Amino acid sequence: MTDTIRSHGAPARGPSAAAAVTTGSANALMRLTDPPMRAVQRLIGASRMPYVFLLPNLVFFGLFVFLPIGINIVFSVTGGTALFPSERPYVGAEHYARLLDCGSYLEAASCREDLFWRGVGNTLTFTVFQMVAMVLFSLVTALVLNRPIRGRGFFRAVYFFPVLLSPVVVALIWKWILQRDGLLNAVLTTAGGEKILFFVDPGWAMFWAVFVSVWAHMGFYTLILLAGLQAIPRDVYEAAEMDGTRPWRVFHRITLPLLWPNLLVVLVLVLIRSVQVFDEVFVLTGGGPGTATMMVVQYIYTTAFANQVQNFGLAGAASVLLGAVLFVLTLIQLFLTRRRAS
Amino acid sequence: MAGCALALSVLGSAGVPALAQAQTTLRIMWYSDGNEGEVMNDLLRRFEEKNKDVKIVLDQVPFKAINETLPVQLASGQGPDLARITDMGGLAPYLMDVRPHVKDAAYWEQNYGPFLQWMRVPGNTTAIPGYMTQLTVTGPFVNKTLFEQAGVAMPGANATWEDWAKAAKAVADKVQAPFPVAFDRSGHRFFGLAVSQGAQMAEVGGELKPVDDGFKRAAKLVVDWHKSGVMSKELWGAVSGTAYRGANEEFKNAQVVFYESGSWQTAQFDKTIGDAFDWIAVPTPCGPANCSGMPGGAALVALKTSSHPAEVGRLLDYLASEEVAAEFYARTLFVPGHIGLAKKGIAYKSASPQAAAALKVFGDAVGKLDPVAYRIQGDPSSRIVFNAAISRLGQVVVGETTLDDAYQRIASDVAQQIAERKKKQ
Repeated sequence: MTDTIRSHGAPARGPSAAAAVTTGSANALMRLTDPPMRAVQRLIGASRMPYVFLLPNLVFFGLFVFLPIGINIVFSVTGGTALFPSERPYVGAEHYARLLDCGSYLEAASCREDLFWRGVGNTLTFTVFQMVAMVLFSLVTALVLNRPIRGRGFFRAVYFFPVLLSPVVVALIWKWILQRDGLLNAVLTTAGGEKILFFVDPGWAMFWAVFVSVWAHMGFYTLILLAGLQAIPRDVYEAAEMDGTRPWRVFHRITLPLLWPNLLVVLVLVLIRSVQVFDEVFVLTGGGPGTATMMVVQYIYTTAFANQVQNFGLAGAASVLLGAVLFVLTLIQLFLTRRRAS
Repeated sequence: MAGCALALSVLGSAGVPALAQAQTTLRIMWYSDGNEGEVMNDLLRRFEEKNKDVKIVLDQVPFKAINETLPVQLASGQGPDLARITDMGGLAPYLMDVRPHVKDAAYWEQNYGPFLQWMRVPGNTTAIPGYMTQLTVTGPFVNKTLFEQAGVAMPGANATWEDWAKAAKAVADKVQAPFPVAFDRSGHRFFGLAVSQGAQMAEVGGELKPVDDGFKRAAKLVVDWHKSGVMSKELWGAVSGTAYRGANEEFKNAQVVFYESGSWQTAQFDKTIGDAFDWIAVPTPCGPANCSGMPGGAALVALKTSSHPAEVGRLLDYLASEEVAAEFYARTLFVPGHIGLAKKGIAYKSASPQAAAALKVFGDAVGKLDPVAYRIQGDPSSRIVFNAAISRLGQVVVGETTLDDAYQRIASDVAQQIAERKKKQ
């Protein structure tokens, strides 16, 4: 620690005047912070110094992550429409009981809060289809982009471009393409077909919700898989080639196992993101037709903000349940990645 | 040192006129359907010229922000000085009574009296929280050109909903229009139909009963119309929950034969349709109970979050004055929410003959509104019922649930939300 501080205090030897000024300023700043840091170190001991450096981040997380989680839990056990926790009456587990009161968890209509369970069902359906499609298409795209094809850099940029767009913009573009008088129906009718009302049929609406989400985010996961593919040593493939191993066997026995850590990261990230999905689907389908694409987060948003009686308590309880699911998923991710690493 | 001196001299020179002309800034949260934001801006600049001590900032926001963001702001004790709102009953607890700050409370009672009751908390009969920037009345627009092209006779003045549905379907079939009948996906619009079918939304034994025989008749009509193709699922079925979905774009594109909406659409149809086709407003069709639509509207109200009640009162006095209000209604093509002006009539100089005729139809409709419709509009729980109705009937339309189940869900949704609202510390 002391050495580090001393090394920062060394005179600047920059190649240019600008660099010298920058280094000089940095040194001046270090000299300014040096005495108080030494004083703190004398006071609490060198072994506790790392916590001093962690403190700013802890405060940041505490204020913007843990405090809101705590407030959310308070909301979930209080009722009424008041915004300040001190003005809200304690209702215990009433909201949780309401959400979990079901004749059968497989039949949303038998539940007291049927819209929550419809949201859960839709989110599960979305998650399953999105995970399969996302991993499959990202993997295929990464495999293709890893080959020495012409315009490889261009295609890598093209596939990544949608990731840079706002989810709302993505949804609005696709809404424009898919609506009754949209681009796709214009193409269909020009080709002699009939218009399809994509947002009126539950199957089509869910299909497009998954499709648009895959289209928008595939580039990001492709990049992760591409990085994994490029990290696989070339000599392994060369050895397989010398042995005359067939391409499918190379993929199955070499590429997939060596890519597994990256695939695992992709799987868990896609899973967590799917469970949290809201903005794209909400703008694209509005949760319809009926409630066919209404996800859990939309239910929470509607309950808390869109109704005349803004039921923050019920929405808070639903958020806590959703948070618990995400927490379990994150633990699974940690468990799997650590097991793999060990 | 020299820099400090320069900065002080600049601050000083700026500070002298500021001290001489201390200004109070008032913020208004405002949404627009048509040109009303533009017109309001003009009026506010004139007010500022006469009242140099007041500066007004008109924050123009989407309607969704008025419905969803403003209530949260107000609940947290934040908010602008004034806002243009439609959920008057729901926001009544947050509205400021400017009675002590207006010049002539009797003028307000005389000209805005019936509508002031919509803005008051239950039990209060004296508060003056604001004035109606527009009175709206639900009612249908008809594409006359499509009727002429199809060679179908238009139903007469006292035609029923069923008459119009049959005629509109015949027209749509002949001219290949995708929307024979379109209703805004709005509980308020649904209740226009429901009141004519005899819906009461009455309290029985201290408990609100949203689903009665009239409500059921209206709900069945809507569901049957979707089944028979009179209404397209694209409006009521395509989105979920309480989401609003209008058919104004479809009407402007001549895809709708009969469009149940309301007076506030007149200005934008006048501006955007032009002479592309002939459109008219017709009286609200009749049901077994009456031929009433639903009243509604938007009010500019003072909010308790304001720390300048005197200036807010002065501004409202100016805007609600007969002369200024008359100009506002005339330029925006709004039905007046001012009793005196409604009696005198508004000269809509900028309106085309089509728009003027439509405004005449809506103006006449105000006189035919059923008292039940006024009571429902003024009920503090009306939006709870509207939202529950639209959310659950939307599910029936796409086949997710049955009408009987929807009735039970509407009743339980309403009861649960009212119970939640009553919970206090």
